[in-house]
Amino acid sequence: MLQIKNLHVSVQGKEIINGLNLEVKAGEIHAIMGPNGTGKSTLASVIAGNTNYEVTQGEITYNGKNLLELPIEDRAREGIFLGFQYPVEIPGVSMTNFMRTALDEIRQYRGQEPLSAGAFLKYMKEKKELVELQDKLNNRSVNEGFSGGEKKKNEIFQMAMLEPQLAILDETDSGLDIDALRIVAQGVNKLKSADNATIVITHYQRLLDYIIPDFVHVMYEGRIVKTGDKSLALELEEKGYDWIKEELKA
Amino acid sequence: MTKKAITIGNELKTSLLQKFDEVQMEMLGKEPLFIRSSRQESAQLFELLGFPTVELETWRKTNLKSFLEKTYDLEFEAQSGNEQDNSILQCEINQFDTDLFTQYNGKWIGEASQLRIYPNGTIVGSLSAAIQQYPQLMEPYFGKLANNSLHGLVALNTALFDEGYFIYVPDGVDHTRSLQMVNIINSKQNIFTNTRNLVILGKNARLRLVHCDDSMDFQHSFINNVTEIQLAEGSNMEYYKLQNKDDSTAIMTTTFVNQHRDSAFNSNTIVLNGGMVRNDTQVVLAGKGADAQVVGLFLMDRKQFVDNHVFIDHAVANCTSNQLFKGIVDEEARAVFNGHTLVRKDAQQTIAYQSNNNIQLTDTSKIDSHPFLEIYADDVKCSHGATVGQLKTNALFYLMQRGICERNARMLLMVAFVGQIVDRISLPNLRTSINELVRKRLKGELSSCEQCSIQCADPDKPLHFEIDMSLV
Repeated sequence: MLQIKNLHVSVQGKEIINGLNLEVKAGEIHAIMGPNGTGKSTLASVIAGNTNYEVTQGEITYNGKNLLELPIEDRAREGIFLGFQYPVEIPGVSMTNFMRTALDEIRQYRGQEPLSAGAFLKYMKEKKELVELQDKLNNRSVNEGFSGGEKKKNEIFQMAMLEPQLAILDETDSGLDIDALRIVAQGVNKLKSADNATIVITHYQRLLDYIIPDFVHVMYEGRIVKTGDKSLALELEEKGYDWIKEELKA
Repeated sequence: MTKKAITIGNELKTSLLQKFDEVQMEMLGKEPLFIRSSRQESAQLFELLGFPTVELETWRKTNLKSFLEKTYDLEFEAQSGNEQDNSILQCEINQFDTDLFTQYNGKWIGEASQLRIYPNGTIVGSLSAAIQQYPQLMEPYFGKLANNSLHGLVALNTALFDEGYFIYVPDGVDHTRSLQMVNIINSKQNIFTNTRNLVILGKNARLRLVHCDDSMDFQHSFINNVTEIQLAEGSNMEYYKLQNKDDSTAIMTTTFVNQHRDSAFNSNTIVLNGGMVRNDTQVVLAGKGADAQVVGLFLMDRKQFVDNHVFIDHAVANCTSNQLFKGIVDEEARAVFNGHTLVRKDAQQTIAYQSNNNIQLTDTSKIDSHPFLEIYADDVKCSHGATVGQLKTNALFYLMQRGICERNARMLLMVAFVGQIVDRISLPNLRTSINELVRKRLKGELSSCEQCSIQCADPDKPLHFEIDMSLV
């Protein structure tokens, strides 16, 4: 589904990612871990198409298409979803209006008829229940005045609404208490199928108690330096990252 | 006054004063003394003041020069909208329940030139008819709420006005049906109109008034409008002003509001288009417990210009006021906001807010914002603020990451930005209509005359007047 080859990314002339390779297949869950400032969020932003980042070298292929040539909205319409580390507050745009616009445009791109108002509201209600999102959030502005936990639940809700093929969750667990973490993780698990894939970016092993990854990657200085299964996450939790740095030096 | 100030527009001034002399001769004995003498005094004042120039502090940003150097047909009444007799022009805004009164090139057309007297005692219609029939109702207020020395255009208007509307709502009457005044300019010549309105609300009276200014020609017209509003104790007025003028029009409106105890004034001015737009609103809070909400929205592009000037005078204690103006400027448009709140020494317990928020879409557009509080009382709650910004790129990215194209993402953000003003419209149907117009405007789909049925900008479309039979 997703192939990243020798990716190099710069921000204002500073290289953040240098020579990253990654392959994600349908049905897989990948966890990307690593110390702060190693380029994890940059990778997520580049896949989503954030224009603040410049790809200087390498390629990203998504379902056989050159992803780097697609505009931001077309990547989303092709099934890429980014769960934001810091969801943006948008005063004056209601959640309902936001999701309706997004879903209409995605359906139009895929040659589907737009949902009727009734069907849309019914669909939205189902998805809200999935992430135990409170009803009242509907008419509120996007993320405005939401608590940290509500914002993250709202990301999972949007993911449920848009049914992406490839979801990238950027530190979705940060700032969550244990109950919110469980709800978010359950949401991700319920949405998982043999046709879609998830990349979970996290600092802590904690989230991986709930979302069981098929692969765990360690990112360091702009590259994936180690890949293992879920036991690697446990090892990192116990020993930290220093032993990997030592290994690299050796 | 410097010599230069008098020179600009001098030719126009001379011809307007000539016109004044002619009108005076013609009207001799036809108008009551209080009108005649206020015309006379104001003509002298206008002769002295001339047109406002950028040398005046409050006109520093509004340069009328290019409009004052044009020649205008001052005799256009001979070819006014007579051919539209018995037809009432209908505009799209009128999809909600209003009583419509239409002025065409500054003149009333058809039956609208008569005063309408409602069973509840409310009187609505032509100001000149009211001068003849109800001088005693007008005399205490006409020319007295307006400050003729504010600037030359007010004096000129008082001297030379020929039409406008008069609305009188008696004590205790809630005139539930909204009134809609439409002023359409469609002329083959450059015209200069001085329209004058007087609105009087009795004690505990209530009125909802929608005032639309439209134009559909591409002549250089100059509209000089003055409105006086008297709000007696406990009265309540909602005043919606919708301006959609073509780029070659100058529209200057000056509104004077006098508020008594516990009265409420809610004004919402929405500027969708206009070559040169200037709106002055002057409110005196003269009785305790009075509340003035003066809000507005402007969406300007191309080389359009808008200047909103608001002055609120807290003359007594325990009054509240709020000024809130929001705008989006695109291309080479310019916008000015000038809010001035005066809290006098004895106006304790005043609550007054001022806010002006702008989105600047291009580097070539320009915004000047001057919120200004002048406070002499010591026990007050006042604040003011202004912002100028761009559409937030992180919000755009967030919306686009959900599959929304850039154009729609920008629209969502702009509609959200202006929503705060549109949502304040309390008449649901009007709110829906304005919402739709604002969306069209932001999408670039609204020309200055699109919502009008005449569509004269489109030569292929035959003229078609819809007649609202209920009004005939």
